[in-house]
Amino acid sequence: MQVLRRVLLAIVAMGFFAGAGVAADDAPPPKLPKSTADHGKFKELQRVFASGPEVTKACLSCHTEASKQLHQTQHWKWEYTNPTTQQKLGKKHVINNFCTSVSSNYKACASCHIGYGLKDEGFDFASEENVDCLVCHDSTGKYKKPSGFAGHPVTKDTEFPPGSGKIIRGIDLSAIAQKVGKTRRETCGTCHFYGGGGDAVKHGDLDSSLDQPDKALDVHMDAEGLNFSCATCHKTEGHQVPGSRYAPTAADREGAHLRGKADSSNPATCQACHGQAPHTGKAKLNDHTDKVACQTCHIPAFARGDMPTKMSWDWSTAGKRDEKGKPLVVTNDDGHITYNGIKGDFVLEENVKPEYVWFNGTVNYTLLGDPIEKSQQPIAINRFEGSAGDGKSLIWPVKLFRGKQPFDPINKTLVVTHLAGEDDTAYWKNMVWDKAVAEGMKTLHKPFSGKVDFIETTAIWPITHMVAPKDKALGCNECHAKGGRLDKIEGIYIPGRDANKLVDTIGWLAAGGILAGVLIHGAIRALRRKH
Amino acid sequence: MERVYLFTRFERLWHWAQAVLIIGMLVTGFEIHGTYKWLGFAQAHKVHTTIVWAFIALWVFAIFWHLTTGEWRQYIPTMKNIDKVVRFYAVGIFRGDPHPFQPTRARKHNPMQAQTYLGVTVVVTPLLWISGLAYLFYNELSAAGWGIQLGAIALVHTIGAFLMLAFLIGHIYLGTTGHTPTAHFKAMVSGWDEAH
Repeated sequence: MQVLRRVLLAIVAMGFFAGAGVAADDAPPPKLPKSTADHGKFKELQRVFASGPEVTKACLSCHTEASKQLHQTQHWKWEYTNPTTQQKLGKKHVINNFCTSVSSNYKACASCHIGYGLKDEGFDFASEENVDCLVCHDSTGKYKKPSGFAGHPVTKDTEFPPGSGKIIRGIDLSAIAQKVGKTRRETCGTCHFYGGGGDAVKHGDLDSSLDQPDKALDVHMDAEGLNFSCATCHKTEGHQVPGSRYAPTAADREGAHLRGKADSSNPATCQACHGQAPHTGKAKLNDHTDKVACQTCHIPAFARGDMPTKMSWDWSTAGKRDEKGKPLVVTNDDGHITYNGIKGDFVLEENVKPEYVWFNGTVNYTLLGDPIEKSQQPIAINRFEGSAGDGKSLIWPVKLFRGKQPFDPINKTLVVTHLAGEDDTAYWKNMVWDKAVAEGMKTLHKPFSGKVDFIETTAIWPITHMVAPKDKALGCNECHAKGGRLDKIEGIYIPGRDANKLVDTIGWLAAGGILAGVLIHGAIRALRRKH
Repeated sequence: MERVYLFTRFERLWHWAQAVLIIGMLVTGFEIHGTYKWLGFAQAHKVHTTIVWAFIALWVFAIFWHLTTGEWRQYIPTMKNIDKVVRFYAVGIFRGDPHPFQPTRARKHNPMQAQTYLGVTVVVTPLLWISGLAYLFYNELSAAGWGIQLGAIALVHTIGAFLMLAFLIGHIYLGTTGHTPTAHFKAMVSGWDEAH
C-alpha cells in the first residue's frame, strides 16, 4: 500500500514539474509586425524632409522600380483609352456634372493626384521623384494634401489662401515616412470617399463611413468581422489596381479564382471569389446569375452609412450672395449644404434605392467638343450600354446623378470652367460665368463663343460597394411585382411583372363565362325545384 | 335503394389529394402570375414548387394504379349515347328527367365525363407539367442550348392554368347535379354511389 502511495506521489510530482517546465516554454513569443521591415529603423528615413519629392527619393533608394510601375497606372496618368470605344477618358479628359472638369483647376484637383506638382498641362509625367508614395502608404492618418497646392503636402505652417489669415499646419513627413505600410480603407478613401468635392458626394457607395464600417453597412469590410481592405478585392500587383469604372467587368462568367490557376479575369468582381452559383441550397437564386448582377440584390440601397450623397447639382442657380456680399450658403436641418453661391443647388439623399439598367461593361462618354443640343436634354454625360439580348449584359444597380451645368449654346458643346484659383477669372472667386468659362476653354485651346447657358445632364455611377449581409439582400417580391424595382427593365419576362394580356383576357373571360353559365344553369334548376 | 361501390379507397384518396394540390397550384400560380397579392411572390413560389413534387409523386402512384388495375379503360372515349347526356344537361335536368347514364363498376363515367377527364389527363395536365418543368428548369434548358424564351414557357403554362381553372369550375358545378346536390360529393367521400 505504502509503495503504491509513493509511486502515486512520484507520478504527481513528476507531472507537476513537467507541467511547470511546459509552462515556462509556453510563454507567448513577442508580437512581431507582419512586415519584415520596420521603416522606423531605416537610416534613409531618419532625417527631416522638407517636401514630398524628398521622401519619394528616399523610398526609391530601396524600392527602385516603384515609380516606373506607378507611371503606367491610371492613378498617375489620369488618362485611359477605352479599348472598345477608343474614347480618351480619365480625369484629364472627361467632363462630369459635379465640378465638371479637372482641366484649368489642377491646383485644387491634384490634391487627389498620386503625385507632386500637377498644376497644369506642363506637368512632367516622367518624373520619378514626383510620385507620391505616402498618400497611399501612410499608416498614421496624418498625411494631408490640401487643396490648392497641386498635390503637395504642407510641411511648414502656411497661410492659405495668402492674406486670408487661415493657417494650414505643417506636417512631419519624417514621422509619416517611418511608419509606412500597406494601403488601407482610409488611404484609398482619402480620395475615393471624397470625390466630387466632399465626403460621400460622388459615388453613393463610397464614403468615409467605410473607414470603420459595421457588418450591416458592408459585410466584407466589417471592421469587427472580415475587415477587408480595398485591396482584398482590388488585388493589386506591381501597383496596377484592377477594377476600373471606365471599363468595368459587367458580367464575369468565370469561376472563382483558385491558387495555382492562372486567372486572367478581374479579381475585383464578386464572382472572382464566389463563383457562378453562390447560393447553397437555393437553386432558384443561382438561376438569376445569368441575368442579374450580384449587386442588384445584395446592395438594396446606397449611401447607407449616415452620409448623404449628392443626387443632383444645379449650377444654373449659382451666383447668389448674402447681405455681406459673401456667397450665400444654405444648410439643411442636418447641417449639410443644399445651396452654395459659388456652386448652386444640391439635392442630398441617404439610403437611396438604385436605378437599374442593362450593362455590358461599355461606357460611352459625352466629351468636350462632342455636339450637344439643348432640345435633347438631359444629355447623358456617360451612357451604360447593354441590352437583354446581347449576351454580355447583366442588370446592374446604378446611381443616376442629375446635373444642370454650363455649356456653350452657340458652339453647342460642354465647357471647361475655371473654378478654383486666386486669379480674377476663377468662378469660385468672382462668380462671373463667361470669364470663368473663357479661361477654362483657353487653357485647353478650345473654341468658346463667349455665351454661357445651362443644360441638364445625367451621369451614371455603378453601385458595387456597401454589400449588405445576406439577410438584408432583396427578397423576390421587390422585383417580381408590377411596379417593382425592375419595372423599367426591358427585354426579359419577369414572372409577377409580366403577362400576356390577350391570354389573360381570354382566360378570365372563359373562366368567368363558365362560372356565369353554371350559376345560371344552377339558378334555373333551383327555380324549377327539380334536380 | 341500390348502391354501387364506384370509387376504391385509393381513387378517393387520389381524387381529394389532387383536388387540394390543384387548387393550391391555381391559387399560388395566379399569384406568381401577378394576378393578386396574398402570400407574396416568394411564399407563393415556394408553396407552388413544393406542391409540384407532391403532385408528381401522387401521379406516379396513380399511373401505376391505373395500369395495374386496368382502370385506365374507364377513360376510353366513346360517342355512344353522348347526345343523350348532353341533351339531359341542356334540357332534361330542368324537367326532372332521369339521368340517361347509370354508372356501373365497369363503366363509372358517362361519355361526356370520360372525354373530359381524358382531355384533362392527356392534354391539360401534360401541358402544365411540361411547361411547368421547363419553367422551373429554364436555366438548365438554356444552358443545354434550348433557345426557348421564358415568356413563351410562361404563356403555355398560363394557358394550361386557365384550362384547368375552367375544368375545375365545371367539375365542381356538375358535382351538384346528382339526384341531390350533395349526392356526388358523398359518393366521392364514401365510394358508394346511390343509384336511383
